[in-house]
Amino acid sequence: MHNLTKAEWLALEKKAYDLRKLCVQTTVWAGSGHFGGGMSVMDLLTVLYHKYLNIKVDEPKWDDRDRFILSKGHAAIAYAPVLCDKGFNDMEMLKSFNLSGSKMGMHLDSNKVVGVDASTGSLGHGPSIAAGTALAARLQNKDFLTYVVTGDGELDEGSCWEGFMTINHYQLSNCIVFIDRNHNMIDGNTEDVKKLEPLADKMTAFGFNTIVVDGNNIGELCDAIDVAIERAKTPQAPTCILMDTKKGAGIKSIEGDYTWHYGAIDDALFEKFNKELDEDYAARVARAEKEGK
Amino acid sequence: MAGGFVYTAVDQTALSTAEIYGKALADIIMRDPKVVAITADLAKSTKLGDVLKVCPERVINVGIAEQDMFGVAAGMARAGMIPFLSGFSAFTSMRACDQLHTDICYQNVNAKIIATHSGTSFGQAGSTHHAITDLAITRAMPNLTVIVPADGFETANAVNAAYENFGPYYIRINRGFDRVLYENQDYGFEVGKAVEVHEGTDITVIACGSCVFQAREAAKFLKNSDGLSVRVLNMHTIKPIDVEAIQKAISDTRRIITVEDHLVTGGLGSAVAEVMAQYGKGCAFKMLGHKGFAMIGLHEDIMSDAGIDANGIISAVREMMQADFEEDDNWDDEV
Repeated sequence: MHNLTKAEWLALEKKAYDLRKLCVQTTVWAGSGHFGGGMSVMDLLTVLYHKYLNIKVDEPKWDDRDRFILSKGHAAIAYAPVLCDKGFNDMEMLKSFNLSGSKMGMHLDSNKVVGVDASTGSLGHGPSIAAGTALAARLQNKDFLTYVVTGDGELDEGSCWEGFMTINHYQLSNCIVFIDRNHNMIDGNTEDVKKLEPLADKMTAFGFNTIVVDGNNIGELCDAIDVAIERAKTPQAPTCILMDTKKGAGIKSIEGDYTWHYGAIDDALFEKFNKELDEDYAARVARAEKEGK
Repeated sequence: MAGGFVYTAVDQTALSTAEIYGKALADIIMRDPKVVAITADLAKSTKLGDVLKVCPERVINVGIAEQDMFGVAAGMARAGMIPFLSGFSAFTSMRACDQLHTDICYQNVNAKIIATHSGTSFGQAGSTHHAITDLAITRAMPNLTVIVPADGFETANAVNAAYENFGPYYIRINRGFDRVLYENQDYGFEVGKAVEVHEGTDITVIACGSCVFQAREAAKFLKNSDGLSVRVLNMHTIKPIDVEAIQKAISDTRRIITVEDHLVTGGLGSAVAEVMAQYGKGCAFKMLGHKGFAMIGLHEDIMSDAGIDANGIISAVREMMQADFEEDDNWDDEV
């Protein structure tokens, strides 16, 4: 049994389903996109923006807002739909995603897209930016939280570990670290390109209270975030939520396929992917009905 | 200059340039709770002692991790603070170049980088610790203001200016003591405006950092021994460069020599050359600086070896004054 009530879980599933469809549509509008890694992190984006983040759409620069840093900046193809759907930016902007002169491209610019806390894209930057944000909260006696998500392949960048060390050293439990462990990167499986395992042990060794969850199970994900938020109330070992996910999550035919790191969706695929999303949504609803409180 | 504290001539001679930075920052940090100092295991080397004394809770040490330092600074700046990062300029420009580019400049955050041990001032440490490419790197960064103070007073002025103006700043100072150029802080320091430290009409020497004192010494010597009138400009701001002062020097003196403790590629000399090339009015021009990796040794010996000390500048001026070239006022045949 999970913390989420059935009603809340079902509402989040519906939102995740709608956002996945919007991500598919955006990829079509954009011509192509980092689709696989966008879909794997969509459940996290959904629960953060529709359950956890203390933010104000009408006051996007509110000083005391919670911060979210998409360290795996290429997942903008998923993040931009979330921000537009939330109301930070006009939905029409998605239609020009990636097009010349657009405010939105493959990696979002925090000075152009409303609601983005950090301009990312070059990998390995998010953990340090998050550390600084969380430190600033502590120094200014503010209780906002900082959420950061990295990819798993991204962890090959040594700078991630510099940031993790700082988050641990200053006991920044107000900085919640997520790893989107979708097991794939551009050139293949992470364990073939450069071994990451034992990843949970690595995070624990770096001082994190590490929680491994199915990152494409909204109930499990929320349970872990609830623990992290509780721990954030006092300075102590920070929490890392290691999300075991599937690249392309929600679309069975491409789940776990590294070649979908980046790709284009034609008319036939558009129809196929939407049908698969419908099937996936039905299964997710059944799971929420069964496992929700 | 606006704001800031007044330093005495005793401070200038008793304190190294970085210590004056530490004092200036301690003054600022006491006045403004938003200011924070960040270092990468170089609190002692970059002279944050005074800051540690007055406000230890706002000195953040991230360990030997420059990339992390820049990311942390960007996060802090975005959350409303004004971080002053200090580290060796070799590492603030190169080790953390991507973070400087993306986290600081692209995001255009209000972070101030104090790059110490610049040029070849960490002489005996060798090329791993010399910073002779940092101006080329930082000058290419959009949104970044780049300042090379010539002495302690100018460092204090630059630090105060960086604090008072929004946006990312890169301030490049030397290790140890600088020769004293100014008698006090009050000489009209303004970001982006060169300061004439020696009047002249025959030739202009444009210098920055430790080379400004050397250029002024050379000008004094040449006046007495050769009867030459050498204008010396302290081009403390490399970006944005003072276009007007350079154009005026081209028109007034028709001869320009640039001097910098940096490679001749991409630094002050290149910045001046770019202005001249686009001005459409050229003049005799020579760039003094390092031609490759510098030797190991004392800073003054390296400067001598590279020909960027007073003797080197004197030789270059004499050579240029003896060169045969057209000196009429008709620019048409030169465009």
